[in-house]
Amino acid sequence: MDIPRLVKMANGIGAYFEAYPDRQQAVNGVADHLRRFWEPRMRRELVDYIRRGDGSLRKVVLEAAAILEKEAAAD
Amino acid sequence: MRSRGDHDYGTPAGRADAPRVTLEIDGRPVEVPQGTSVMRAAAMLEISIPRLCATDSLEPFGSCRLCIVEIEGRKGYPASCTTPVSGGMRVRTESPRLAQLRRNVMELYVSDHPLDCLICPANGNCEFQDMAAYAGVREVRYGSDGANHLARAKDSSNPYFTFDPARCIVCSRCVRACEEIQGTFALTIDSRGFASAITPGPARAFSDSECVSCGACVYACPTAALTEKSVIDRGLPTHRVLTTCGYCGVGCTFQVEMKGDAIVRMAPDREGRANHAHACVKGRFSWGFATHPDRARHPLIRDRIDQPWREVSWEEAIAFAAAGFERIKKKFGPGAIGGLTSSRCTNEEVYLVQKLVRAAFGSNNVDNCARLCHAPTGYGLGVAFGTGAATQDFDSVLAADVIVVVGANPTEGHPVMGAMIKRRVREGAQLIVVDPRAVEMARLPHVEAAFHLNLRPGTNVALINAFAHVAVTENLARQDFIAARCDPREYAAWRKFIAEPRNSPEAVAEITGVPASEIRAAARMYATARNAGIYYGLGVTEHSQGSTTVLAMANLAMATGNVGRAGVGINPLRGQNNVQGACDMGSFPHEFTGYRHVSDAATRAAFERAWGVALDPEPGLRITNMWDAALAGSFKGLYIQGEDPAQSEPDLHHVKAALRAMDFVVMQDLFLNQTSEFAHVFLPGSSFLEKDGTFTNSERRISRIRRVIPPAGGKADWEITCELATALGYPMRYSHPSEIMDEIARLTPAFAGVSYAKLDRAGGIQWPCNDTARDGTPIMHVGAFVRGKGRFTITEYVPTEEKTSEEFPLILTTGRILTQHNAGTQTRRTPNVVIDSEDLLEIHPHDAQQRGIRDGALVEVRSRKGATRLRAEISERVQPGVVYTTFHYPESQINVLTTENSDWATNCPEYKVTAVEVMPAIGATEANRSVTH
Repeated sequence: MDIPRLVKMANGIGAYFEAYPDRQQAVNGVADHLRRFWEPRMRRELVDYIRRGDGSLRKVVLEAAAILEKEAAAD
Repeated sequence: MRSRGDHDYGTPAGRADAPRVTLEIDGRPVEVPQGTSVMRAAAMLEISIPRLCATDSLEPFGSCRLCIVEIEGRKGYPASCTTPVSGGMRVRTESPRLAQLRRNVMELYVSDHPLDCLICPANGNCEFQDMAAYAGVREVRYGSDGANHLARAKDSSNPYFTFDPARCIVCSRCVRACEEIQGTFALTIDSRGFASAITPGPARAFSDSECVSCGACVYACPTAALTEKSVIDRGLPTHRVLTTCGYCGVGCTFQVEMKGDAIVRMAPDREGRANHAHACVKGRFSWGFATHPDRARHPLIRDRIDQPWREVSWEEAIAFAAAGFERIKKKFGPGAIGGLTSSRCTNEEVYLVQKLVRAAFGSNNVDNCARLCHAPTGYGLGVAFGTGAATQDFDSVLAADVIVVVGANPTEGHPVMGAMIKRRVREGAQLIVVDPRAVEMARLPHVEAAFHLNLRPGTNVALINAFAHVAVTENLARQDFIAARCDPREYAAWRKFIAEPRNSPEAVAEITGVPASEIRAAARMYATARNAGIYYGLGVTEHSQGSTTVLAMANLAMATGNVGRAGVGINPLRGQNNVQGACDMGSFPHEFTGYRHVSDAATRAAFERAWGVALDPEPGLRITNMWDAALAGSFKGLYIQGEDPAQSEPDLHHVKAALRAMDFVVMQDLFLNQTSEFAHVFLPGSSFLEKDGTFTNSERRISRIRRVIPPAGGKADWEITCELATALGYPMRYSHPSEIMDEIARLTPAFAGVSYAKLDRAGGIQWPCNDTARDGTPIMHVGAFVRGKGRFTITEYVPTEEKTSEEFPLILTTGRILTQHNAGTQTRRTPNVVIDSEDLLEIHPHDAQQRGIRDGALVEVRSRKGATRLRAEISERVQPGVVYTTFHYPESQINVLTTENSDWATNCPEYKVTAVEVMPAIGATEANRSVTH
């Protein structure tokens, strides 16, 4: 997948949920959105991208992706 | 002319809730609502009072003097059409004196009318002929030497109908139809007395006038003065078939009037619940594409897209298509193939394609073109209310006191709905238009928006938030509604957010470009209205904050109590005839039918039992992601039903590269198009006239379409999909689309009560239709939201990443015109091209002057994504800094300009905000030269 596009889409989701006053609700919102609407290869590529260490993702997306990574490891 | 056999009550019905009145007509009692005309009361008794100027779709006029009656106790001979009933009235409709007076009236009419009935196009279906026969006119005592109008020249300038003033009796039905039904006011009666003549305004010819070719005047005309050219050519029909229009999301009901298997004309059905006997130029007249010589009639295949097509049999084409998908699935896995369904195909056909992808391909990689338009509606209203569809039926607008039109151009995109909105505004409702462009609705004859908020493209959320800020901070919110119907915790969080100064009109004025005082005044108008409804289009959804805007509008409607009854609500104007249906049918990578997530175990188990296969619980690829995956090498094959992504998708260079990168593309469509350049198989599809099935319109109304002519390629689309699935080893055997709908109903709670038998009885059903709503659901969220409590959400304004710059200082936004539909595949193959022959770029005079651009000149439009050339139209409909065009002609290649930006929630492309520069053109661009069909 096109990583810059994935990052852009993820940051767009993050920008929406960041406005939520409850931080955990925001993080859960991003995680839930990725879970419900992103095909598994897209989620995997996002997680792989984060592991490679580029810093262009919003913090709320990083936290949400961590939840998804934990879930994937548990499966 | 009306359809033969249609009963005409003469004048409109009175209010059904008015007190009842009893009177006597020809000695027979009848009870009718107060306000009913004597003429209509007589018709209820099957007493047909003669008439020429009266018809039950128009307000009475009282000019022809044929419908005179005798009323006991009243002097003279009042016109029954303009005389309301009263209790105890005794009416006589026939007497020797009435007969004499009527004969004299008809004799006068006949004295100035051609007597060539046998060669007249209305012969056999002419109200004038009927009245002359009824009145017993046997001679014309005035002779034939006097002044008359028989030499008046015909006007054949309109591509679809002819105006023959020699046959006109100046009854003014056409003038009134244009006023009352269509609201265009294009016709008038010129001059007075004997010189009176119908004219299309000062232009004199219909083609040069403001006429929008809706045909309402033609349908209303009692003579052959206004007649369809198709009726002139083919004569009167012999039978008719009820169907639903295949163009826009209004879903007008039509009688297809036939002679053998040839269509004579499409007449809007008077029982049509969506359109109430009205139509537009597309539905009424633009059906010739179905038999156009360009129609694909034979399957085509090729091994590589640089090879010429080979015409083959259906068996060979289906086997080739199945083998291609099997090959990819075996080598790369089911995730490497997918499908794209058509919003022009039926519910049954879309259902079958998503079933094929899920059950035969083995993935959830299926999407539909709502991705490009109203996916944010599905998301936003789904989150806020529990169902992502319109809350109202169309008739609801007639109870609205304030109508807000946001990012829509209903008089061009949804003309029949536009006519209804105009009618309501003429009755006194207030109109607020929110649009960066002065769409027609902002100012029309007898309709002027109280506010036209011409905001900068991309700032919808800021403006709608400001509306809500006013409602909340000025104590205009409906606390009783909120307390009873909405989640209190989420309301509290939202209230705190929306009340912050950054959401005030004063703060957003700078962002939106709309003065704070106007925002405040418009917001107050909305919030204080008894009933206020929001109607919106792609100017809301096709933005990076499309879903956020829908959520913001939902917040506003809930905060002001404008949900759950007639006259209010959130009303998406869905563009295509069955885009609502495509969404309902689960043609989404994350949802089954009825908007149930693929991860929902119970739902998935039901489909697995019904379909006999295990199904993937993970969401699949959206079409946007399919392009990316294709370029990355992990998505290899696509089954495209009735779509042209190589014209309609944004960022066209990217999409074409993705199509080229795929190993196998199968297309199913009416015509070869831009996308067929990248296809390996082309299967000739069927139009809405060539098959049975159902469409679902914007108000959730499921309506039948019925086959009237055989499919050009020999098969209906649903039959093709069945054969492909069977060839893939997943047999699909249905003998009729009704069986497919029965399966849908078994598996989809909101459709549980739907069947063809019920649709045939009811004419159309609005879902949900099940045990709790046996007759369907015109208005949703009455009493409670579908999700229980309405959900307020935080809708922070986040500016789009698409910014103007020195290199690209203008913003391009896009829209539709009346005569063309979407990619123009159908309408460009009709005489509509005579009316509008190309996409034009609207540019403000100031911007044009700065660039040395003259009106009508060819210009190059360039964005960071590409360049194209089209013709400029200098116009003050756009504001300085904004240019506008349409996307109906492949020659203009508008989508080489649009970007990869999309709605954060749904990836609906941000078609409405593209930074561009415009300059005089030197030659065609590469994009223009690449167009093939």
